[in-house]
Amino acid sequence: MAEQAQATDTGPRPIVPWLKLAPKPHLEGIKCACGAMYLDPKRIACSKCGETDKFKPLTLSDKGKVWVFSVVHQSYPGIKTPYVTAIVDLPEGISVRANLTDVDPAQAQKEPNKIFNLPVELVTGVAAKDREGHDVVAFSYRPSKN
Amino acid sequence: MRNVYVLGTGMIKFGRYPDKTVPQLGGEAALLALKDAGISIKDVEMLASGNLQQSNGMIGERILQQIGQTGIPVINVANACATGSTAFREAYMSVAAGMCDIAMAIGVEQMGKAGLLGGMGGGDPAYVTEGKVGSGTMPAVFGQAGIEHMRKYGTKMEHFAKISVKSHKHATKNPFSQYRNEVSLEDVMNARMIAYPNTLYMCCPTGDGAAAAILVSEDKLKQLAGGRKRPKVAASVLTSDPWTDRDLTLPDVSTLTRRASKLAYEKAGIGPKDIALTELHDCFATAELVHYENLGLCGDGEAGKFIDEGGGKHPSLGGKAPVNVSGGLLSKGHPLGATGVANICEVVWHLTQDDRAKERLVPNAKAGQAHVIGLGSACTINILTI
Repeated sequence: MAEQAQATDTGPRPIVPWLKLAPKPHLEGIKCACGAMYLDPKRIACSKCGETDKFKPLTLSDKGKVWVFSVVHQSYPGIKTPYVTAIVDLPEGISVRANLTDVDPAQAQKEPNKIFNLPVELVTGVAAKDREGHDVVAFSYRPSKN
Repeated sequence: MRNVYVLGTGMIKFGRYPDKTVPQLGGEAALLALKDAGISIKDVEMLASGNLQQSNGMIGERILQQIGQTGIPVINVANACATGSTAFREAYMSVAAGMCDIAMAIGVEQMGKAGLLGGMGGGDPAYVTEGKVGSGTMPAVFGQAGIEHMRKYGTKMEHFAKISVKSHKHATKNPFSQYRNEVSLEDVMNARMIAYPNTLYMCCPTGDGAAAAILVSEDKLKQLAGGRKRPKVAASVLTSDPWTDRDLTLPDVSTLTRRASKLAYEKAGIGPKDIALTELHDCFATAELVHYENLGLCGDGEAGKFIDEGGGKHPSLGGKAPVNVSGGLLSKGHPLGATGVANICEVVWHLTQDDRAKERLVPNAKAGQAHVIGLGSACTINILTI
Protein backbone atom coordinates (compact mmCIF):
# COMPACT_ATOMS: atom_id res chain seq x y z
CA MET A 1 0.00 0.00 0.00
CA ALA A 2 2.73 2.39 0.95
CA GLU A 3 4.50 1.74 -2.32
CA GLN A 4 1.34 2.41 -4.29
CA ALA A 5 0.72 5.59 -2.38
CA GLN A 6 4.29 6.67 -3.13
CA ALA A 7 3.95 5.84 -6.83
CA THR A 8 0.97 8.12 -7.25
CA ASP A 9 2.44 10.91 -5.14
CA THR A 10 3.96 13.45 -7.50
CA GLY A 11 4.81 16.00 -4.82
CA PRO A 12 8.30 17.12 -3.80
CA ARG A 13 10.49 14.94 -1.59
CA PRO A 14 13.00 16.02 1.06
CA ILE A 15 16.64 15.20 0.35
CA VAL A 16 17.11 13.89 3.92
CA PRO A 17 14.51 12.42 6.28
CA TRP A 18 15.02 15.14 8.92
CA LEU A 19 13.79 17.82 6.53
CA LYS A 20 9.99 18.01 6.73
CA LEU A 21 8.21 19.92 3.98
CA ALA A 22 4.79 20.38 5.65
CA PRO A 23 3.08 22.39 6.95
CA LYS A 24 6.08 24.57 6.15
CA PRO A 25 9.66 23.41 5.63
CA HIS A 26 11.44 22.71 8.90
CA LEU A 27 13.85 20.25 10.50
CA GLU A 28 12.72 17.58 12.86
CA GLY A 29 14.95 15.41 15.01
CA ILE A 30 14.48 13.05 17.93
CA LYS A 31 15.47 13.45 21.56
CA CYS A 32 16.26 10.70 24.03
CA ALA A 33 15.17 10.96 27.67
CA CYS A 34 18.89 11.26 28.53
CA GLY A 35 19.07 14.52 26.58
CA ALA A 36 20.94 13.30 23.50
CA MET A 37 19.54 14.59 20.21
CA TYR A 38 19.72 13.11 16.74
CA LEU A 39 18.67 14.11 13.24
CA ASP A 40 18.18 10.57 11.91
CA PRO A 41 14.66 9.51 12.97
CA LYS A 42 15.24 5.81 12.26
CA ARG A 43 17.71 5.15 15.05
CA ILE A 44 17.44 1.84 16.88
CA ALA A 45 18.94 3.10 20.14
CA CYS A 46 20.60 6.07 21.78
CA SER A 47 24.38 5.93 21.35
CA LYS A 48 24.89 8.12 24.41
CA CYS A 49 22.94 6.07 26.99
CA GLY A 50 22.04 2.85 25.13
CA GLU A 51 18.28 3.07 25.75
CA THR A 52 16.09 1.85 22.89
CA ASP A 53 12.66 3.30 23.55
CA LYS A 54 13.12 6.72 25.09
CA PHE A 55 12.94 8.83 21.91
CA LYS A 56 10.46 11.65 21.30
CA PRO A 57 10.16 13.75 18.15
CA LEU A 58 11.77 17.15 18.40
CA THR A 59 10.79 20.06 16.17
CA LEU A 60 13.87 22.15 15.54
CA SER A 61 14.18 25.93 15.26
CA ASP A 62 14.61 27.59 11.90
CA LYS A 63 17.32 29.80 13.35
CA GLY A 64 20.78 28.99 14.66
CA LYS A 65 24.37 30.16 14.87
CA VAL A 66 27.40 29.04 12.87
CA TRP A 67 29.86 26.96 14.89
CA VAL A 68 32.51 26.33 12.19
CA PHE A 69 32.70 26.30 8.41
CA SER A 70 34.95 25.55 5.47
CA VAL A 71 35.02 26.80 1.91
CA VAL A 72 35.01 23.86 -0.49
CA HIS A 73 36.99 24.57 -3.66
CA GLN A 74 37.37 21.06 -4.99
CA SER A 75 34.48 18.62 -5.22
CA TYR A 76 33.00 15.93 -7.42
CA PRO A 77 31.87 16.49 -11.03
CA GLY A 78 28.62 18.44 -11.21
CA ILE A 79 29.04 20.18 -7.85
CA LYS A 80 29.57 23.91 -8.25
CA THR A 81 32.48 25.34 -6.26
CA PRO A 82 33.43 27.30 -4.27
CA TYR A 83 30.72 26.98 -1.68
CA VAL A 84 30.58 27.34 2.08
CA THR A 85 29.81 24.27 4.21
CA ALA A 86 28.96 24.94 7.83
CA ILE A 87 28.08 23.34 11.13
CA VAL A 88 25.14 25.26 12.58
CA ASP A 89 24.25 25.02 16.26
CA LEU A 90 20.50 25.20 16.92
CA PRO A 91 19.06 26.55 20.21
CA GLU A 92 17.74 23.07 21.09
CA GLY A 93 21.37 21.97 21.52
CA ILE A 94 21.86 19.98 18.32
CA SER A 95 24.21 20.71 15.40
CA VAL A 96 23.34 20.49 11.72
CA ARG A 97 25.57 20.30 8.65
CA ALA A 98 24.46 22.37 5.66
CA ASN A 99 25.55 24.78 2.97
CA LEU A 100 25.79 28.42 4.00
CA THR A 101 24.40 30.65 1.27
CA ASP A 102 24.40 34.43 0.73
CA VAL A 103 27.91 34.56 2.20
CA ASP A 104 30.84 35.44 -0.07
CA PRO A 105 33.30 32.49 0.13
CA ALA A 106 36.33 34.74 -0.42
CA GLN A 107 35.21 37.11 2.32
CA ALA A 108 34.58 34.18 4.69
CA GLN A 109 38.19 33.00 4.19
CA LYS A 110 39.51 36.52 4.68
CA GLU A 111 37.60 37.19 7.87
CA PRO A 112 36.62 33.84 9.41
CA ASN A 113 35.88 35.52 12.75
CA LYS A 114 32.86 37.20 11.18
CA ILE A 115 31.34 33.82 10.34
CA PHE A 116 31.74 32.32 13.81
CA ASN A 117 28.48 32.81 15.74
CA LEU A 118 26.79 34.33 12.68
CA PRO A 119 22.99 34.17 13.20
CA VAL A 120 21.49 32.17 10.35
CA GLU A 121 18.07 30.98 9.21
CA LEU A 122 16.82 27.94 7.33
CA VAL A 123 15.97 28.21 3.65
CA THR A 124 14.86 25.47 1.26
CA GLY A 125 14.86 25.02 -2.48
CA VAL A 126 14.57 22.38 -5.19
CA ALA A 127 18.03 20.88 -5.68
CA ALA A 128 17.38 18.06 -8.17
CA LYS A 129 14.79 15.83 -9.79
CA ASP A 130 14.84 12.15 -8.85
CA ARG A 131 14.54 9.13 -11.19
CA GLU A 132 10.78 9.07 -10.66
CA GLY A 133 10.40 12.72 -11.56
CA HIS A 134 9.90 14.13 -8.08
CA ASP A 135 11.41 17.46 -7.15
CA VAL A 136 14.02 16.89 -4.43
CA VAL A 137 14.14 19.68 -1.88
CA ALA A 138 17.34 20.54 0.01
CA PHE A 139 17.90 22.96 2.87
CA SER A 140 20.63 25.44 3.63
CA TYR A 141 21.21 28.38 5.93
CA ARG A 142 21.63 32.07 5.14
CA PRO A 143 22.42 35.05 7.38
CA SER A 144 19.27 35.91 9.35
CA LYS A 145 17.22 38.71 7.87
CA ASN A 146 15.79 39.73 11.23
CA MET B 1 50.07 -10.61 28.84
CA ARG B 2 53.59 -11.27 27.53
CA ASN B 3 56.11 -8.71 26.31
CA VAL B 4 56.17 -8.30 22.53
CA TYR B 5 59.06 -7.03 20.39
CA VAL B 6 59.39 -5.88 16.79
CA LEU B 7 62.04 -8.16 15.30
CA GLY B 8 61.92 -6.93 11.72
CA THR B 9 60.33 -4.31 9.48
CA GLY B 10 59.93 -3.78 5.75
CA MET B 11 58.49 -1.03 3.61
CA ILE B 12 58.40 -0.20 -0.06
CA LYS B 13 58.72 3.39 -1.25
CA PHE B 14 55.28 4.97 -1.33
CA GLY B 15 54.27 6.05 -4.81
CA ARG B 16 52.23 4.70 -7.69
CA TYR B 17 52.54 1.13 -8.94
CA PRO B 18 49.83 0.67 -11.57
CA ASP B 19 51.53 -2.47 -12.95
CA LYS B 20 51.45 -4.34 -9.65
CA THR B 21 48.64 -5.94 -7.67
CA VAL B 22 47.79 -5.37 -4.02
CA PRO B 23 49.00 -8.87 -2.99
CA GLN B 24 52.28 -8.23 -4.84
CA LEU B 25 52.84 -4.91 -3.08
CA GLY B 26 52.02 -6.43 0.30
CA GLY B 27 54.18 -9.46 -0.46
CA GLU B 28 57.17 -7.26 -1.30
CA ALA B 29 56.94 -5.49 2.06
CA ALA B 30 56.51 -8.84 3.82
CA LEU B 31 59.65 -10.26 2.21
CA LEU B 32 61.63 -7.18 3.25
CA ALA B 33 60.42 -7.57 6.83
CA LEU B 34 61.25 -11.30 6.89
CA LYS B 35 64.74 -10.59 5.56
CA ASP B 36 65.22 -7.84 8.12
CA ALA B 37 64.11 -10.19 10.89
CA GLY B 38 66.36 -12.95 9.58
CA ILE B 39 63.54 -15.49 9.40
CA SER B 40 61.51 -17.25 6.71
CA ILE B 41 57.78 -17.19 6.00
CA LYS B 42 57.83 -20.77 7.34
CA ASP B 43 58.59 -19.37 10.81
CA VAL B 44 55.55 -17.06 10.85
CA GLU B 45 52.64 -18.42 12.87
CA MET B 46 49.90 -15.91 12.10
CA LEU B 47 49.28 -13.01 9.72
CA ALA B 48 47.15 -9.91 10.27
CA SER B 49 46.74 -8.17 6.93
CA GLY B 50 45.39 -4.64 6.66
CA ASN B 51 43.86 -3.33 3.45
CA LEU B 52 40.88 -1.02 3.12
CA GLN B 53 39.68 -0.60 -0.43
CA GLN B 54 39.78 -4.29 -1.36
CA SER B 55 38.82 -5.46 2.11
CA ASN B 56 36.45 -8.08 0.70
CA GLY B 57 39.28 -9.58 -1.39
CA MET B 58 41.11 -11.91 1.04
CA ILE B 59 44.28 -9.88 0.58
CA GLY B 60 46.17 -11.60 3.44
CA GLU B 61 45.66 -15.07 1.98
CA ARG B 62 46.53 -13.82 -1.50
CA ILE B 63 49.77 -12.36 -0.14
CA LEU B 64 50.65 -15.80 1.21
CA GLN B 65 49.74 -17.25 -2.20
CA GLN B 66 52.58 -15.01 -3.48
CA ILE B 67 55.19 -15.64 -0.79
CA GLY B 68 54.40 -18.90 0.99
CA GLN B 69 51.20 -20.89 1.61
CA THR B 70 51.99 -22.33 5.00
CA GLY B 71 48.42 -22.75 6.17
CA ILE B 72 48.67 -20.35 9.12
CA PRO B 73 45.67 -18.37 10.41
CA VAL B 74 45.16 -15.12 8.50
CA ILE B 75 42.85 -12.28 9.43
CA ASN B 76 41.99 -9.45 7.08
CA VAL B 77 41.54 -6.12 8.81
CA ALA B 78 39.68 -2.99 7.67
CA ASN B 79 39.47 0.03 9.98
CA ALA B 80 39.54 3.10 7.71
CA CYS B 81 42.92 4.87 7.88
CA ALA B 82 43.72 2.92 11.07
CA THR B 83 43.61 -0.35 9.09
CA GLY B 84 47.35 -1.08 9.14
CA SER B 85 47.85 -0.09 12.75
CA THR B 86 44.86 -2.20 13.78
CA ALA B 87 46.40 -5.18 11.94
CA PHE B 88 49.63 -4.50 13.85
CA ARG B 89 47.66 -4.59 17.10
CA GLU B 90 46.01 -7.89 16.14
CA ALA B 91 49.45 -9.41 15.57
CA TYR B 92 50.66 -7.86 18.84
CA MET B 93 47.73 -9.38 20.73
CA SER B 94 48.34 -12.83 19.28
CA VAL B 95 51.88 -12.85 20.62
CA ALA B 96 51.02 -11.04 23.88
CA ALA B 97 48.24 -13.54 24.60
CA GLY B 98 50.55 -16.46 24.02
CA MET B 99 48.65 -17.75 20.99
CA CYS B 100 51.88 -17.72 18.99
CA ASP B 101 55.49 -16.57 19.21
CA ILE B 102 56.00 -15.04 15.76
CA ALA B 103 53.31 -12.95 14.07
CA MET B 104 53.38 -10.75 11.00
CA ALA B 105 51.41 -7.56 10.34
CA ILE B 106 51.12 -6.19 6.83
CA GLY B 107 49.49 -2.96 5.67
CA VAL B 108 48.95 -2.43 1.96
CA GLU B 109 46.92 -0.19 -0.33
CA GLN B 110 46.70 0.68 -4.00
CA MET B 111 44.78 3.90 -4.53
CA GLY B 112 46.22 5.25 -7.75
CA LYS B 113 45.02 8.78 -8.35
CA ALA B 114 41.88 8.35 -6.26
CA GLY B 115 41.23 12.05 -5.79
CA LEU B 116 38.80 13.12 -3.08
CA LEU B 117 37.47 10.67 -0.53
CA GLY B 118 34.20 10.75 1.38
CA GLY B 119 30.84 12.38 1.02
CA MET B 120 29.29 10.31 -1.78
CA GLY B 121 26.71 7.57 -1.22
CA GLY B 122 24.92 5.16 -3.52
CA GLY B 123 21.35 5.17 -4.81
CA ASP B 124 19.52 7.86 -6.77
CA PRO B 125 22.04 10.70 -7.28
CA ALA B 126 19.26 13.23 -6.66
CA TYR B 127 19.47 12.30 -2.97
CA VAL B 128 23.25 12.66 -2.70
CA THR B 129 23.69 15.46 -0.19
CA GLU B 130 27.30 16.32 -1.01
CA GLY B 131 27.50 19.97 -2.01
CA LYS B 132 23.77 20.46 -1.46
CA VAL B 133 23.58 19.95 2.31
CA GLY B 134 27.15 20.73 3.28
CA SER B 135 30.23 18.63 2.63
CA GLY B 136 31.41 15.31 4.02
CA THR B 137 34.61 15.18 1.99
CA MET B 138 37.76 14.62 3.98
CA PRO B 139 39.28 18.04 3.11
CA ALA B 140 36.11 19.80 4.35
CA VAL B 141 35.81 17.69 7.50
CA PHE B 142 39.45 18.18 8.49
CA GLY B 143 39.37 21.81 7.35
CA GLN B 144 36.65 22.39 9.91
CA ALA B 145 38.66 20.61 12.62
CA GLY B 146 41.31 23.29 12.03
CA ILE B 147 38.74 26.08 11.87
CA GLU B 148 37.45 24.95 15.25
CA HIS B 149 40.96 25.55 16.60
CA MET B 150 41.03 28.99 14.93
CA ARG B 151 37.73 29.82 16.55
CA LYS B 152 38.73 28.67 20.03
CA TYR B 153 42.31 29.91 20.13
CA GLY B 154 42.86 32.45 17.36
CA THR B 155 45.12 30.10 15.38
CA LYS B 156 46.11 31.50 11.96
CA MET B 157 46.24 29.83 8.55
CA GLU B 158 50.03 30.41 8.63
CA HIS B 159 50.31 27.98 11.53
CA PHE B 160 48.79 25.18 9.48
CA ALA B 161 50.91 26.16 6.48
CA LYS B 162 54.11 25.99 8.54
CA ILE B 163 53.35 22.34 9.31
CA SER B 164 53.32 21.57 5.59
CA VAL B 165 56.64 23.41 5.08
CA LYS B 166 58.14 21.34 7.91
CA SER B 167 56.84 18.00 6.64
CA HIS B 168 58.06 18.64 3.11
CA LYS B 169 61.50 19.60 4.47
CA HIS B 170 61.60 16.37 6.50
CA ALA B 171 60.63 14.30 3.44
CA THR B 172 63.72 15.40 1.52
CA LYS B 173 65.68 13.05 3.83
CA ASN B 174 63.39 10.05 3.33
CA PRO B 175 63.93 7.88 0.24
CA PHE B 176 60.68 6.01 1.04
CA SER B 177 58.63 9.19 0.64
CA GLN B 178 56.21 9.68 -2.27
CA TYR B 179 57.11 13.37 -2.54
CA ARG B 180 60.54 14.80 -1.66
CA ASN B 181 60.21 18.40 -2.76
CA GLU B 182 60.70 21.36 -0.45
CA VAL B 183 58.02 24.02 -0.35
CA SER B 184 58.19 27.56 1.07
CA LEU B 185 55.57 29.15 3.30
CA GLU B 186 54.58 31.26 0.30
CA ASP B 187 54.21 28.17 -1.90
CA VAL B 188 51.89 26.58 0.66
CA MET B 189 49.82 29.70 1.35
CA ASN B 190 49.40 30.48 -2.35
CA ALA B 191 48.76 26.94 -3.56
CA ARG B 192 45.34 26.02 -4.87
CA MET B 193 42.77 26.01 -2.08
CA ILE B 194 41.14 22.58 -1.62
CA ALA B 195 38.95 23.26 1.43
CA TYR B 196 39.76 26.28 3.56
CA PRO B 197 42.17 26.51 5.30
CA ASN B 198 43.86 23.50 3.65
CA THR B 199 45.59 24.27 0.35
CA LEU B 200 46.93 21.54 -1.94
CA TYR B 201 50.22 21.14 0.00
CA MET B 202 48.30 20.87 3.26
CA CYS B 203 46.43 17.77 2.00
CA CYS B 204 48.06 14.33 1.85
CA PRO B 205 48.34 12.71 -1.58
CA THR B 206 46.72 9.43 -2.59
CA GLY B 207 49.01 6.63 -3.67
CA ASP B 208 50.16 3.04 -3.34
CA GLY B 209 52.34 1.46 -0.70
CA ALA B 210 52.99 -1.38 1.69
CA ALA B 211 54.75 -2.01 4.98
CA ALA B 212 55.19 -5.02 7.23
CA ALA B 213 56.42 -5.88 10.71
CA ILE B 214 57.40 -9.11 12.45
CA LEU B 215 56.38 -9.31 16.11
CA VAL B 216 57.90 -11.84 18.48
CA SER B 217 57.79 -13.00 22.09
CA GLU B 218 60.70 -12.43 24.47
CA ASP B 219 61.89 -16.03 24.15
CA LYS B 220 61.93 -15.84 20.37
CA LEU B 221 63.68 -12.49 20.53
CA LYS B 222 66.51 -14.07 22.53
CA GLN B 223 66.78 -16.90 20.00
CA LEU B 224 66.53 -14.82 16.85
CA ALA B 225 67.83 -11.30 17.51
CA GLY B 226 71.48 -12.38 17.49
CA GLY B 227 72.46 -9.67 19.94
CA ARG B 228 70.57 -6.93 18.09
CA LYS B 229 68.47 -4.70 20.33
CA ARG B 230 64.87 -4.67 19.19
CA PRO B 231 62.09 -2.32 20.35
CA LYS B 232 59.40 -3.45 22.75
CA VAL B 233 55.76 -2.66 22.07
CA ALA B 234 55.24 -0.72 25.29
CA ALA B 235 51.62 0.10 24.48
CA SER B 236 49.23 -0.77 21.66
CA VAL B 237 45.94 1.03 22.10
CA LEU B 238 42.80 1.19 19.99
CA THR B 239 39.80 3.43 20.69
CA SER B 240 36.57 4.28 18.89
CA ASP B 241 34.75 7.60 19.02
CA PRO B 242 32.94 8.11 22.33
CA TRP B 243 29.63 10.00 22.27
CA THR B 244 30.20 13.75 22.02
CA ASP B 245 27.70 16.46 21.11
CA ARG B 246 28.72 17.15 17.52
CA ASP B 247 30.47 13.87 16.61
CA LEU B 248 27.71 12.58 14.33
CA THR B 249 27.55 15.92 12.48
CA LEU B 250 31.25 16.81 12.35
CA PRO B 251 33.47 13.82 13.25
CA ASP B 252 35.32 14.60 16.48
CA VAL B 253 38.93 13.48 15.90
CA SER B 254 40.18 14.80 19.23
CA THR B 255 38.23 13.02 21.98
CA LEU B 256 39.16 9.48 20.88
CA THR B 257 42.80 10.51 20.35
CA ARG B 258 43.01 12.03 23.82
CA ARG B 259 41.58 8.87 25.32
CA ALA B 260 43.98 6.65 23.34
CA SER B 261 46.90 8.89 24.30
CA LYS B 262 46.10 8.76 28.00
CA LEU B 263 45.73 4.97 27.90
CA ALA B 264 48.94 4.54 25.90
CA TYR B 265 51.06 6.71 28.17
CA GLU B 266 49.66 4.92 31.23
CA LYS B 267 50.33 1.48 29.77
CA ALA B 268 53.85 2.42 28.68
CA GLY B 269 54.53 4.14 32.00
CA ILE B 270 55.98 7.20 30.28
CA GLY B 271 54.77 10.66 29.29
CA PRO B 272 55.05 12.97 26.29
CA LYS B 273 58.39 14.37 27.55
CA ASP B 274 59.93 10.90 27.22
CA ILE B 275 58.88 10.52 23.58
CA ALA B 276 61.82 11.15 21.24
CA LEU B 277 59.73 11.16 18.09
CA THR B 278 56.08 11.09 17.12
CA GLU B 279 54.64 9.89 13.84
CA LEU B 280 51.08 11.22 13.86
CA HIS B 281 48.15 11.22 11.48
CA ASP B 282 48.64 14.38 9.41
CA CYS B 283 46.15 13.53 6.68
CA PHE B 284 45.78 17.31 6.57
CA ALA B 285 47.93 20.03 8.13
CA THR B 286 44.94 21.03 10.26
CA ALA B 287 44.85 17.52 11.74
CA GLU B 288 48.50 17.61 12.76
CA LEU B 289 48.01 20.85 14.66
CA VAL B 290 45.13 19.59 16.78
CA HIS B 291 46.96 16.35 17.52
CA TYR B 292 49.95 18.22 19.05
CA GLU B 293 47.56 19.06 21.87
CA ASN B 294 45.69 15.75 21.79
CA LEU B 295 48.96 13.83 22.31
CA GLY B 296 50.16 16.20 25.03
CA LEU B 297 53.13 17.52 23.03
CA CYS B 298 51.95 20.98 24.09
CA GLY B 299 49.17 22.38 26.26
CA ASP B 300 45.63 23.07 25.11
CA GLY B 301 45.48 26.15 22.91
CA GLU B 302 49.27 26.26 22.61
CA ALA B 303 49.73 24.49 19.27
CA GLY B 304 50.24 27.77 17.40
CA LYS B 305 52.95 28.86 19.82
CA PHE B 306 54.48 25.36 19.71
CA ILE B 307 54.84 25.65 15.93
CA ASP B 308 56.22 29.19 16.09
CA GLU B 309 58.90 27.96 18.52
CA GLY B 310 60.06 25.11 16.29
CA GLY B 311 57.90 22.40 17.82
CA GLY B 312 57.61 19.31 15.63
CA LYS B 313 60.79 20.04 13.66
CA HIS B 314 63.71 17.63 13.46
CA PRO B 315 66.45 18.49 15.99
CA SER B 316 68.86 19.09 13.10
CA LEU B 317 66.58 21.98 12.05
CA GLY B 318 66.66 23.43 15.55
CA GLY B 319 63.37 21.84 16.50
CA LYS B 320 62.01 20.08 19.55
CA ALA B 321 59.53 17.23 20.07
CA PRO B 322 59.98 16.09 16.45
CA VAL B 323 56.83 15.07 14.62
CA ASN B 324 56.65 13.23 11.31
CA VAL B 325 60.39 13.25 10.54
CA SER B 326 59.46 10.74 7.80
CA GLY B 327 57.67 13.54 5.95
CA GLY B 328 54.34 12.46 7.37
CA LEU B 329 51.29 11.62 5.37
CA LEU B 330 51.53 15.06 3.73
CA SER B 331 54.73 14.14 1.87
CA LYS B 332 55.53 10.49 2.50
CA GLY B 333 52.03 9.65 1.32
CA HIS B 334 48.95 7.94 2.72
CA PRO B 335 48.12 4.61 1.05
CA LEU B 336 45.32 4.02 3.56
CA GLY B 337 45.97 0.48 4.80
CA ALA B 338 49.76 0.82 4.65
CA THR B 339 50.02 3.99 6.73
CA GLY B 340 49.66 2.48 10.21
CA VAL B 341 52.42 -0.09 9.69
CA ALA B 342 54.72 2.36 7.87
CA ASN B 343 54.51 4.76 10.83
CA ILE B 344 55.63 1.96 13.12
CA CYS B 345 58.53 1.12 10.75
CA GLU B 346 59.66 4.74 11.01
CA VAL B 347 59.63 4.72 14.80
CA VAL B 348 61.46 1.36 14.90
CA TRP B 349 64.16 2.65 12.54
CA HIS B 350 64.96 5.57 14.84
CA LEU B 351 65.02 3.43 17.96
CA THR B 352 67.37 0.92 16.30
CA GLN B 353 69.46 3.50 14.39
CA ASP B 354 68.51 1.69 11.19
CA ASP B 355 70.29 2.61 7.97
CA ARG B 356 66.94 3.10 6.27
CA ALA B 357 66.57 6.30 8.33
CA LYS B 358 70.24 7.23 8.40
CA GLU B 359 69.79 10.70 6.93
CA ARG B 360 67.12 11.69 9.41
CA LEU B 361 67.86 9.83 12.64
CA VAL B 362 66.61 11.48 15.80
CA PRO B 363 69.58 11.19 18.19
CA ASN B 364 69.32 9.01 21.31
CA ALA B 365 65.77 7.92 20.61
CA LYS B 366 64.66 5.57 23.37
CA ALA B 367 60.88 5.89 22.91
CA GLY B 368 58.62 6.85 20.04
CA GLN B 369 54.95 6.77 19.20
CA ALA B 370 52.85 6.17 16.10
CA HIS B 371 49.33 7.61 16.03
CA VAL B 372 46.63 6.99 13.43
CA ILE B 373 43.04 8.16 13.07
CA GLY B 374 40.58 6.31 10.88
CA LEU B 375 37.57 8.50 10.28
CA GLY B 376 34.37 6.91 11.35
CA SER B 377 36.19 6.72 13.81
CA ALA B 378 39.09 4.64 15.12
CA CYS B 379 42.31 5.74 16.80
CA THR B 380 45.43 3.69 17.39
CA ILE B 381 48.54 4.64 19.32
CA ASN B 382 51.54 2.35 19.47
CA ILE B 383 54.38 3.33 21.79
CA LEU B 384 57.69 1.58 21.21
CA THR B 385 60.65 1.66 23.58
CA ILE B 386 64.18 0.31 23.50
